[in-house]
Amino acid sequence: MANSQAMCTSFKQDLLNGLHAFGTSVVRGSTTADSFKAALYLTTASLGAATTAYTATGEVSGTNYTAGGVAVTFGTAPTTSGTAAFVTPSANIVYSSVTLSTAFDTMLLYNNTASGKNAVSVHTFGAQTITAGTLTLTMPVNAAGTALIQLS
Amino acid sequence: MAIIKVLIDGQLGEMDESELVKTEGSHENDNEIATWVEYRLPGSDVIVHRSAHVHLKIPLLSDAVAASIG
Repeated sequence: MANSQAMCTSFKQDLLNGLHAFGTSVVRGSTTADSFKAALYLTTASLGAATTAYTATGEVSGTNYTAGGVAVTFGTAPTTSGTAAFVTPSANIVYSSVTLSTAFDTMLLYNNTASGKNAVSVHTFGAQTITAGTLTLTMPVNAAGTALIQLS
Repeated sequence: MAIIKVLIDGQLGEMDESELVKTEGSHENDNEIATWVEYRLPGSDVIVHRSAHVHLKIPLLSDAVAASIG
């Protein structure tokens, strides 16, 4: 059997679990899972790959929407399939009884435990408004190729 | 009878669905499946209730690390 160069799949899973630290700037004081939140952003905002942390700039505002967004539940730990490691929120992300009159099209997932409110991912969708209603962001199937966050 | 939350002239309230005009819509692309429901007062173009349901389809893949080694 020959050797083959590869990023170890377990390493990808470990990254999602926060196991490795190549730098010295991160000190984890807890072994419990971090908490995450999802904030909504206006179509005029400029979030993307360069976004490093939660920001109130460009965030939606309106009745029953709290700055910073809502909690995101990760009830299932990161897992692997094939060479991919992935994780998906275990519950839909719901903003209930809100009025968001200005068009928005982006959700920022960020670490609410980290002091810097570090960004995880930016998800865009078609522009929406909500009037005295509910926005539900339905999560994809937590599997390789469909999971919301995947290292492959 | 379904009770619908409404926003009329800046005031939140509730109305019976039968008193409102309902419009539903949807669209699907590579990124999402979105559906929405809107309610208006009869004879009015003003939306008094709008809810949306967005199903995110595209996973965020990160393979930059692996690519840098290859």
